[in-house]
Amino acid sequence: MNSSTADLRARGLIAEQFDDAGQQHATAQFGMWVFLATEVLFFGVLFAGYAVCRVRDPQGFLLGSQHTEILFGAIEAGILLLSSATVTFAVNLIKFDERRAVAVLLAITAMLGVAFLVLHGVEYSHEHDEHLMVGVDFSQHGPHARGIELFFFLYYAMTLYHSLHVLVGVCVLATMGVLVWRRKIRSEYTTPLVLAGLYWHLVDIVWIFLFPLMYLIGR
Amino acid sequence: MNATVITPDLPELEPPRSFYAYKSGLGSWLVTTDHKRIAILYAVTITIFFIMGGVAAAMMRINLVEPNGALLSAETYNKTFTFHGVVMVWFFLIPSIPATLGNFLMPIMLGARDVAFPRLNLMSWYLFVIGGCFTIACLLLGGVDTGWTFYTPFSTMFSNTNVILVAVGVFVTGFSTILTGLNFIVTTHKLRMPGMTWFKLPLFVWAMYAVSLVMVLATPVLAMTLSLIGLERIAHVGIFDPALGGDPLLFQHMFWFYSHPAVYIMILPAMGVASEIIPCFARRKIFGYQFMVYALVGISVIGFLVWGHHMFVAGMSPTATLVFSILSFAIAVPSAIKVFNWTATLRRGRITFEAPMLYALGFVGLFMIGGMSGLMLAAPALDIPLHATYFVIAHFHYVMVGGTVMAYLGGIHYWWPKITGRMYSEAWARFAAILMFFGFNFTFFPQYVLGYLGMPRRYHAYPPQFQLLNVLSSAGASILALAYLIPVVYLGWSLFRGARAGNNPWGARGLEWQTTSPPPKGNFLERPVVQAAYAYDEPSPDGRPAPGATA
Repeated sequence: MNSSTADLRARGLIAEQFDDAGQQHATAQFGMWVFLATEVLFFGVLFAGYAVCRVRDPQGFLLGSQHTEILFGAIEAGILLLSSATVTFAVNLIKFDERRAVAVLLAITAMLGVAFLVLHGVEYSHEHDEHLMVGVDFSQHGPHARGIELFFFLYYAMTLYHSLHVLVGVCVLATMGVLVWRRKIRSEYTTPLVLAGLYWHLVDIVWIFLFPLMYLIGR
Repeated sequence: MNATVITPDLPELEPPRSFYAYKSGLGSWLVTTDHKRIAILYAVTITIFFIMGGVAAAMMRINLVEPNGALLSAETYNKTFTFHGVVMVWFFLIPSIPATLGNFLMPIMLGARDVAFPRLNLMSWYLFVIGGCFTIACLLLGGVDTGWTFYTPFSTMFSNTNVILVAVGVFVTGFSTILTGLNFIVTTHKLRMPGMTWFKLPLFVWAMYAVSLVMVLATPVLAMTLSLIGLERIAHVGIFDPALGGDPLLFQHMFWFYSHPAVYIMILPAMGVASEIIPCFARRKIFGYQFMVYALVGISVIGFLVWGHHMFVAGMSPTATLVFSILSFAIAVPSAIKVFNWTATLRRGRITFEAPMLYALGFVGLFMIGGMSGLMLAAPALDIPLHATYFVIAHFHYVMVGGTVMAYLGGIHYWWPKITGRMYSEAWARFAAILMFFGFNFTFFPQYVLGYLGMPRRYHAYPPQFQLLNVLSSAGASILALAYLIPVVYLGWSLFRGARAGNNPWGARGLEWQTTSPPPKGNFLERPVVQAAYAYDEPSPDGRPAPGATA
């Protein structure tokens, strides 16, 4: 253990403040969990706002939800769930130095993320055509028009923040793929890939909550 | 984990060189990942911000000498108090002790070589500087008139000032706070040296840990809330807008869900500093160590549950008012335990009144007055007439300035020999500490009376019967300003001419006193010896007898 620790340190794979690779890995992973906790609070504000506004005008929120496209939402949910599976395979296979398989899995995961973003962009453009784009072009009528507007304000705030996270995740996963391909990430040093996987699961979990709140309540 | 040498496989250590010396030049500071250097970068930055916020305070106090406003127009006055609040809260008080003393000392107190994520630590500083410069530029060029609280619907619908830009600046700075908190939590969990168990940690480390929990869990809420204000201003739609079925009260809930815990971000580190200084100069083990730990963690937890006491007049239900009132009383219990234990530590101590001790004792006294007036405000029956008067201003300045700033300066004096390797003029330091205590009380005690008599906060003019007390307060502020300037002079002198400090000039316990002054790059040249916290009843590892043995 000691000789391999010295070897890893000499190659710059163990930072000065750590005693060994195990401590470094556990520390980084714990740091990621703390970061994910901050993310939960970050999105938590939006969920709290959603709860308050929906209680104030439940009918408006139901009508707003009926304007969303459930097929798109469901496919997007499927895409993210699938991508969580592929990233999990990648994180597990790196332990066996399956370089090619891991790189391919990461590429697939990143492409699924891109597909999610594209589909969501199509959705946004449909909503624009239907004059639902709050702040840009919104016109609805009837007694619950304001509730619908508020629903769509939250819809955009929440999905845009989520998509931003997807975009960051795609960039991170693509970088991980390149690092794996170049043998910078291998069984002896998997930390960045494990952290990227954790982050990607958060992106997935947020959507698992957004999907029913935005798409399913009106049906 | 039972390695016998702390760095089993590091290359040969360099000859003992302080962390200042191993590399020189401004460039080496701007890319440093050494927690001690980052602490000093923070110290310089927040000192500049403190001076800027102080100038704004001085302008307000000059203005309030005359009932009609001696200096500023109403609009400028609004922008001035917003500037003062934003700068002092986010760019001085919140980073003050954690980012400087915490960054410098916490890894050393754990026996670690650095924080868990040194590059992230440097990134925190850059985010802080970028956010700070951006915010201050926006506040100076044009200004914002909402107050530091950004209350809706004024901030979203009516204010014609740079609300969005300032919110972006605070948002960015918020991430610097989050990353610092994350770093501290992980460092405390994972980088304690062998033998350094949780209940051997100094209370300063516990305070940093407790405050980091609050930073990490509260700050994202502020970031998102401010971003919703920005979106609402851009889109003219939003959840805080009553015209759209939104709710301005929701903003206040979200804002204070962050900003009340933020008050504990400011005071918990100050408690940590006092808990180091008082045992040292009383030569006694701290009284009730475990209770102090539970009190710190308890404050950080209950601190999340009391935000509603800022909103007693905002139209909450009577039930919510009652619950928040009771919880606000509850948080006084751990705070009182701390004051009680500091006092009990003094009992039978062999007390000497060096400058850090004067600051620490001043902190305890002023914090107690501030805390007691806080209890009065926790009772809705008293809060409703006192809400938004100078009574509230006096209350939180006793806690923030009398508490946190006194403790910050106490900590700076206590660890100055460790950080710089030099001593300062003890006589001048004592003089400044005493002057500061009196200047502070002259400034803020009249404000309690003003508030009790009904003078509202945030007005640039007032009825003539309040003039005497306002003049007293402004006169006190000039004494306070002088007391803040004196340390700049003698501490600056000490940097170049001060006598060399040994490793442990106070005869204190704790790992930081076992290394050289200033410490080397990796913090320790030899493996330090872990003792129980505040082992003033045992000989120190460098062979000093136990000062408390006779007591």
